[in-house]
Amino acid sequence: MLLVLFALFAVAGIAPLIFRKLGRSTFYVLAAVPAAAFVWLLVNFKSFTSAQQTAASGEPNAPPSVTHSWIGPLNIHLDFRMDALAAILCLLVLGVGALVLFYCARYFKNEDPHIGTFGAQLLAFAGAMFGLVTADDMIMLFIFWEITTILSYLLIGFNRTRMSARRSALTALMVTTFGGLTMLVGLVMLGEAAGTYRISEILAMAPELVATGTFIDVAIVLVLVGAVSKSALVPFHFWLPGAMAAPTPVSAYLHAAAMVKAGVYLVARFAPGFNTTSYWEPMLLVLGLATLLIGGWRALKQHDLKLVLAYGTVSQLGFLILIMGLGNANAALAGMAMMLAHGFFKATLFLVVGIIDHKSGTRDIHQLSGLYKSSPVLFVVAALAAASMAGVPPMLGFVAKESVYEALLEYAHGHGVLGNVLLVAVVLGAIMTFAYAARFLWGGFASKPGMSPTPFPKVPALFLAPLVVLTGATVIFAWIPQVLENIISPYIGLFPPVEKSIHLGLWHGLVPALGLSVLTMIAGSLLFIAREKIFAFQSKLPALFDAERDYKHIVNGVDNLSIWLTGRTQRGSLSFYLVVILSVALLVPSGVSLWFSTPTPGNFIPFDTPAQLVIGVIIIIGAIGAVQANRRFLAVLMVSVTGYGMAAIFALQGAPDLAVTQLLVETIVLVAFVLALRALPVELWAKNPTGHRLGRALIGIGFGASMVYIAATSMASRVADPISLAYPELAYTGGAGKNIVNVTLVDMRAWDTFGEITVLAAAATGVASLIFVRGRGDFRQRASNVAEGSVDHGSEAIGTDGRSRAGLAVARKFAISSRESWLVAGHTLAPERRSITFEVVTRLLFHTILLASIYVLLTGHNTPGGGFAGGLLAGLALTMRYLAGGRVELAESTPISPGTMMGLGLGLASLSAVAPLIFGFQMFSSAAIEFTLPLFGTHKFVTSTIFDIGVYMVVVGLVIDVLRSLGSEIDDRSEGRSPTDIHDTVSGADTGVGR
Amino acid sequence: MSTNVTLLIVMGVLFAVGIYLLLERSMTRVLLGIVLLGNGVNLLLLSTAGARGKAPIYEPGIDPGDYTDPLPQALTLTAIVITFAVTAFMLGIIYRSWVLSSADTVEDDDEDLRVGQQSPFDFEEDSPIPEDTSEFDGDEDTQATTKNPGEARA
Repeated sequence: MLLVLFALFAVAGIAPLIFRKLGRSTFYVLAAVPAAAFVWLLVNFKSFTSAQQTAASGEPNAPPSVTHSWIGPLNIHLDFRMDALAAILCLLVLGVGALVLFYCARYFKNEDPHIGTFGAQLLAFAGAMFGLVTADDMIMLFIFWEITTILSYLLIGFNRTRMSARRSALTALMVTTFGGLTMLVGLVMLGEAAGTYRISEILAMAPELVATGTFIDVAIVLVLVGAVSKSALVPFHFWLPGAMAAPTPVSAYLHAAAMVKAGVYLVARFAPGFNTTSYWEPMLLVLGLATLLIGGWRALKQHDLKLVLAYGTVSQLGFLILIMGLGNANAALAGMAMMLAHGFFKATLFLVVGIIDHKSGTRDIHQLSGLYKSSPVLFVVAALAAASMAGVPPMLGFVAKESVYEALLEYAHGHGVLGNVLLVAVVLGAIMTFAYAARFLWGGFASKPGMSPTPFPKVPALFLAPLVVLTGATVIFAWIPQVLENIISPYIGLFPPVEKSIHLGLWHGLVPALGLSVLTMIAGSLLFIAREKIFAFQSKLPALFDAERDYKHIVNGVDNLSIWLTGRTQRGSLSFYLVVILSVALLVPSGVSLWFSTPTPGNFIPFDTPAQLVIGVIIIIGAIGAVQANRRFLAVLMVSVTGYGMAAIFALQGAPDLAVTQLLVETIVLVAFVLALRALPVELWAKNPTGHRLGRALIGIGFGASMVYIAATSMASRVADPISLAYPELAYTGGAGKNIVNVTLVDMRAWDTFGEITVLAAAATGVASLIFVRGRGDFRQRASNVAEGSVDHGSEAIGTDGRSRAGLAVARKFAISSRESWLVAGHTLAPERRSITFEVVTRLLFHTILLASIYVLLTGHNTPGGGFAGGLLAGLALTMRYLAGGRVELAESTPISPGTMMGLGLGLASLSAVAPLIFGFQMFSSAAIEFTLPLFGTHKFVTSTIFDIGVYMVVVGLVIDVLRSLGSEIDDRSEGRSPTDIHDTVSGADTGVGR
Repeated sequence: MSTNVTLLIVMGVLFAVGIYLLLERSMTRVLLGIVLLGNGVNLLLLSTAGARGKAPIYEPGIDPGDYTDPLPQALTLTAIVITFAVTAFMLGIIYRSWVLSSADTVEDDDEDLRVGQQSPFDFEEDSPIPEDTSEFDGDEDTQATTKNPGEARA
């Protein structure tokens, strides 16, 4: 069983490759797969039908079944079970599947585009249907169900250049997916109530489940919504005629024989056991009846042969679900017989239409004439199938319809008015079926007055063969209906026995059912003869029930709603989004704290030291100054005041690491601000100062106040001891370091730090990309290649006022001569940009600071410092070099590109993470190594220092990238020329210093 | 644990001013707002450490509670450096925005607005389609006249 499933999907997977070799003949290869499976099914049929249908899977007399656990915690299993019902469906799925694939080999042309994927999808569809009917787990059932939906979507949309195909495919997908998802809810409800998702077990415990009442009633309704949508019942029926945009073999297989039967299958599967739930009968009988009549009525007015069949299928599906929904043994027998008969004749008729369309180029009744003469074999086949559809003896359709009448007559005995209404309606439906069957045959083949015969080439035998086989089944089984009855009887055994059971047969004697059949044929003939009048009457009637229009309204409504909602929320204004986010962040916690009791903040102390109060006031002044400042750099300076104030607070609070880091960062940030913003105007608001001041102030103050409240409350809520009480001991004994903060960073919480330095590297690359635009600009400029005094030359406009003009002139005059070089590249700088004092100080301090940074890095494990502080210190030293000697000086002082530097740093950090694994420790484990050097004494080296060195390198790389991008590259652009071609020449790039 | 009023108020002011600036249209002011918010957050972290204590440099025999809580410090330290990286990145954005449009303002996104103003009519979904009674119109080997050449299979 699993082998069949696997083979179907596997061959589908390689089908496109075979198509490349064999062209359309590949369809023969593909058809062989379901054909072989069909043979396997026939050979083993006895074992499926003779088994005890209700036995649990695994018992010796149970139907063949497979159970594998798949997702245990979710109770999802790979359960399959081939009982009589599944086997009957498989007859249709595999048999019709093989014939349709065979037919495709003559239907398509070798040069049709996408024919390979089409073949694969069609075969995969057979696999999905096989899985659907054999699945014994509800989730598996759902998965296969949705696979058929998706494949149906792809197959309907095969003619992707036609808008009708694309649109119909989407409609079918939306409708059936809606039903499928509804069904999933029902299946989950059912599974949760039963405690198992195995269908056979759920059916076995159906009486207890049904007794629990409403919950199961609702679950079953939801499941039935899935069945009703898949089988195109009212109000979902409109997708099926639309799906006729699919190639005709697809219509024959999916939309007549197989997929639309999935809904019937689902009803048949759950009928024994759940047909007694409250809404089962009303829902299925009403919808089935409505569909039967609406479908038949619509079929009568179509002039496209395929649409006649499509509406006929809609009608017949309503008929089938109505019968299966009755849920008694007689109806089940009649329903199953009808389903098989329908599969045979409807598939045949679709294939007939396919041939007509293929050979004549139209399916329009008004354009076809005289085909019965030009293709007699096709006509005979069509006539037999149409007779079966109409219920004319001696066809299988007649046998099945006769049994339906008998079952309904039997049902009417016990159910009074309801039974009679059903009977009358079904007879009405059958009359219309007869009429449209006649219309089909007449429309497709008759010689019509005033029309010349449609040209029609000869139909090849191979093209006709599948039709002949199907028609053969239609005819032969009418004479040996006992065979069908035998294979159906194990299924109907699941229903309670009835007093008077019916049997399939061509001749039962002069019984009432025969009378109904005769009535059907006479009335149907009259309806066909009066077709012109009926048609005129139909055209006058307004469309009473146009579900397609309603569907469009719903879809358009959703479209409009989404546009309206998007227009209201997506305003394109960043501040609007922020206001929404911040308001939520403000209101939700406040609301929650009002709703729930929160601890009252208490134990206030005004300040730790008076100095703290002073610094606090300075920070507040700085912050308010930043708001008031109208000049760009004044605002930046004001923000810096708060930053340096923070450093002071850290120092006072007993956090030396933070104080040092904050101090260094603040300095470098200040430099970066100045470098980046020097190109921008001095005034902050050259134009359009933004409005809504009061509103923004309210949100700001509200947010600040709520943060104060949250902080105070959460601190008052603390009941447990801080986790960090254990840190000092852990740091000293475990991490072999005295600086607890540093050991936390590089050892105890090294993963966090590792993540952080990755972010730093990403941000640095981001800065470089934003400024350089193309690449990171990792090339190295040497001082020897740069003309003396050329860098930044002329960027200082000579002032108009006499003094500065004279000063600049003097500076230039003196500086032209080569001067003793304190810096490597000092001489490249334009003379008026040089400062001898700064150059000397830099010369003296640079190496000292660099050494100090390495010291801070290495001793950081025990004293304040570490990779971050060390890296920033080194960055500061490089900043000095840049400021004193210009961009060539920076390039000279950084022989390694920042990209390489950060890469090496990350590599080193990764190495220190992974290396312990080699020695059998966990990641980021550290070890202390003691060693004695002559002169330096005894030292202890902790391996986590290697990680810290990585941090150091990443931070240095970040600072270099900032200097190179915001400093050097902007210098370069503001001079209005580019030394290399790799830089872009964006307009406005020359807007630089001095403007 | 004790709650330091000074730190809380300074934090509140930094948050309020930071948010106020964040809602501006001038990108420079937005960035300054972000920096102030970062400082506010760092102060919040620090104040959760409780009252001041000894610097967290291990010395034998000292009660762990006597140190300033080292965990918020480790968090703050990384926050400081990340704020630096974010600031540098934002500076890059401001510079690029200035180069491209000579403005450092946060403009409304036209694309966003266009989404809300589009017509609900969609050609693919809503245009009428001609009736279509053959898959094979336009094919060479069929004898019937081509009815919809434009809709013929590609």
